[in-house]
Amino acid sequence: MITAERKPLEEIIDYIKPFKRILLLGCNECVTVCAAGGRKEVGLLASGLQMTLLKSGSSIEIREHTLERQCDPEYVEELVPMIDSADAVLSMACGCGVQQLAMRFKDKPVFPAVNTKFMGGSERQGVWTERCKGCGDCLLGLTGGICPIAKCAKQLMNGPCGGSTTGKCEISDDVDCAWQLIWDRLKALGLQDRYLEIMPAKDWRPGGGGGPRKIIREDLAE
Amino acid sequence: MENFEPVIVAFCCHYCAYTAADMAGSQRLPYPSNVKIVRVPCSGNVDALHIVKAFEKGADGVYVAGCLEGDCHFKSGNTKAAKRVAYVQKYLEEIGIEPERLKMVGMSAGMGERFAQVATEITEEIRRMGPSPINAAAA
Repeated sequence: MITAERKPLEEIIDYIKPFKRILLLGCNECVTVCAAGGRKEVGLLASGLQMTLLKSGSSIEIREHTLERQCDPEYVEELVPMIDSADAVLSMACGCGVQQLAMRFKDKPVFPAVNTKFMGGSERQGVWTERCKGCGDCLLGLTGGICPIAKCAKQLMNGPCGGSTTGKCEISDDVDCAWQLIWDRLKALGLQDRYLEIMPAKDWRPGGGGGPRKIIREDLAE
Repeated sequence: MENFEPVIVAFCCHYCAYTAADMAGSQRLPYPSNVKIVRVPCSGNVDALHIVKAFEKGADGVYVAGCLEGDCHFKSGNTKAAKRVAYVQKYLEEIGIEPERLKMVGMSAGMGERFAQVATEITEEIRRMGPSPINAAAA
């Protein structure tokens, strides 16, 4: 999922200060799962904004709504009947959702209420960790299902650096050395020979180095 | 200010604090009428949104009353509630509401006396603090 965290109230208020009627939008997908921008978080933020502004002597009208997916045009269309009654839109979706709204409603200011963080998975309840950098050329088949791009601070391709000590990365004792994890797993699977394969320098073009990326499925595209 | 009577919302778990309130009643123990009880199936069921909305709608203080440690009817609802209360306290601080206006307390169903004592103490503390900044601004 794409993970996110709410921005500080102060920053959000700075964005919306000049406006009186705000449409506050949540998203039912990734940001709901990582408890950053779903229906519940929309309610909490609306309440927090109302109270903060009331304290400073100003008032604001906030309409709350949560879309099934903000990154999909068909769901964004749902907003057409309510968009005119808002001076600005505050989105609790990831950056993809915010941009989808900005593209669809060109005359409406759209502001993000969350910081989009990374593509990650749940480690346990309330804990999410980065798992994928979207490099566009997946290596997991060679690395025992552990990604050296997402999990190695240096994104090394051929084994650990000298900063790997007792399985930990030199950046922090809380961070496992990705290559230690890869080696341990390959060994457990009896696939140590994969470790000996020298991986060439990575081509970063599929990973965004070649500019913004796009996928076109001819059979689906209209 | 002199006549200020705080509104306090108490989210009380059905298996402990709510029964303790009943017990306080049976024992004829008085507690302040400022405390408005909301019965919940478990303190773990009290959401951040319930607490924040209570403040938005005019509560001067809120407390969540759950079972004693290790005694939750649903195993760990009370410990989850305590974590949630701590989380909401930080959010209240960000909003500009004193986090001390929100508390987590524990008691068993038989503790009628403790229920009355907690209700009295919290009411007194909030009375000393005065109206919540939201109520003060709205006044």
